[in-house]
Amino acid sequence: MAFLELESLRKSFGATTVVHDFSLSIERGEFITFLGPSGCGKTTILRMIAGFESPTAGTVRFGGDDVTQRPASQRRVGMVFQSYALFPNMTVARNIAFGLRIAKRPEPEIKTRVEEMLELIKLPQLADRYPYQLSGGQQQRVALARALAPRPQALLLDEPLSALDAKIRVSLRDEIRALQRRLGITSVFVTHDQEEALSISDRIVVMNEGKAEQVGAPAEIYNNPKTRFVASFIGTLNILPAKIVDAGRGLLSVNGQNVATSRKLNGAKAGEARTVALRPEALSLDLGDGANTLKGTLEDVSFLGAIVRMKLRVGETLLSLDEFNQPSLKLPERGAEVAVACSPDEVIVLE
Amino acid sequence: MNRSTWRAWTVIAFAAVYFILPLIATFEFSLRLLRGQYSFEAYRIVLGDAKFQASFLYSTVLAVLTIVIGAALVVPTAYWLQLRLRKLRPVAEFITLLPLVIPAIVLVFGYLHLYNSSSFLPLTASERGADALLTFGYVTLALPYMYRAVDTGLRAIDVRSLTEAAESLGAGPTTILLRVILPNIRVAVLSGAFLTFAIVIGEFTFASLLDRPAFGPYLQLIGANRAYEPAALAIIAFLVTWACMGLINVVGRRGAARRTT
Repeated sequence: MAFLELESLRKSFGATTVVHDFSLSIERGEFITFLGPSGCGKTTILRMIAGFESPTAGTVRFGGDDVTQRPASQRRVGMVFQSYALFPNMTVARNIAFGLRIAKRPEPEIKTRVEEMLELIKLPQLADRYPYQLSGGQQQRVALARALAPRPQALLLDEPLSALDAKIRVSLRDEIRALQRRLGITSVFVTHDQEEALSISDRIVVMNEGKAEQVGAPAEIYNNPKTRFVASFIGTLNILPAKIVDAGRGLLSVNGQNVATSRKLNGAKAGEARTVALRPEALSLDLGDGANTLKGTLEDVSFLGAIVRMKLRVGETLLSLDEFNQPSLKLPERGAEVAVACSPDEVIVLE
Repeated sequence: MNRSTWRAWTVIAFAAVYFILPLIATFEFSLRLLRGQYSFEAYRIVLGDAKFQASFLYSTVLAVLTIVIGAALVVPTAYWLQLRLRKLRPVAEFITLLPLVIPAIVLVFGYLHLYNSSSFLPLTASERGADALLTFGYVTLALPYMYRAVDTGLRAIDVRSLTEAAESLGAGPTTILLRVILPNIRVAVLSGAFLTFAIVIGEFTFASLLDRPAFGPYLQLIGANRAYEPAALAIIAFLVTWACMGLINVVGRRGAARRTT
């Protein structure tokens, strides 16, 4: 049975509903990420799990217990905030000990646990510092230790990396994931950064306008986006209008050129309109074998070091494609008529 | 120096003279109790007067009570407004400003009317009752200053995240208020406290009409009957107020330094 269950959660603020009938089962020890643009309801769901917001309808269950009406202080969840929210009047050690002191643990146990947590976040030398004496990355690690110290049932992270600079963000992201694996703690992570979501999660919930658009493992979400929204939100994607030519053989027509896909086109009739999505890295300059190609005019070539990004005009749409840079690569000129190829496996047909 | 800076300096000099000259004159006058020489005789008499000591002590005790009650009233209210009822903040601001708009004399007549010895709550019938009424009156008078100081302090910290962080760690509302919020707005509460102290020490209307032996009425009594001592008292009152303001600055700067270094 799933450990954390969200059942038909709904949240309305006045006339606006920010979360519509949201259901999800999270396994014990799983790392789930809610990914979506701001205002998609991801933070609201997290806050309902934490107990900071009460749902308009629906149920939150922890290990089978209905906690929907239980206040945040009795849910035993660790929370990490974007703004760190460390207590400014307390030292690092006292911040970490706070939850244990509230739970009235004996003093020697608190001391051991605080030391253990400081080891875990690799900051034992900072025990007596105040939050204002720490960098953002250090503060967020302390916040993580503070949340984990009382051994919560689940760890909730609300955009914990958004306030940090790029380099720290990546290293702390890996650290959070390693820590989570080691402790085996059920975690829910909220972010608007798709790279963050892809790299850290067991499963991703892509959210849009208060609904889950797609739930799945990172590779599945990336390779098989189900909707146009997911496709455009995760990674860069070329979106093209297409028409079905032959559903059985997987043939489509894009701007009058035939393209084959290996995706199933269940019961589609010839002439029906569909949307095709192509990843820039799935496209390559055609080397002349002519299979599965699209012709167009090259509008731009930019050299980015490891990769070369090109923009190709096919009818109304501008197709973006990436090639790995190789010294042997002969780059076509701007304005040239070129063909790009991709394998039928890479041609994504959106619902 | 060009013309505009000249003008600015002229204005500043005029203002300085306007404020400082009477003060210097008062101070100089307070030193002339003994004929033909400057002395602190007036101060010696004032400070040695048992009534001065009693009334100053009385006002100090009332000021401390006012601060404690005022803070106990304002801190949780302002915290709750900031956390949950942000929409009501303008209402609270308006209400806390009322004591500045309504003259003290009107307030105290209202009190006398409501709480006189033949009313449902005859506070003025006993001395303790009148003391309590006076203290509550002072809490009202100090409300604009206390509320603003605390509100400013609360705006400077992330009340919501701190509260939620403490909640998720298992803390209840009282613990959060006493162990998380209050220590972080200590400086603001203290500056509100010093302002309250300065107001209560010099207050005349309430104390006089409720017939309590406070410092304000004593000041008035001496002023009406003596020549040099009132000047000395005025200077002492100024010094107390300045000491309060100085303390606000010292405490405030220490708090600010702790946050930014």
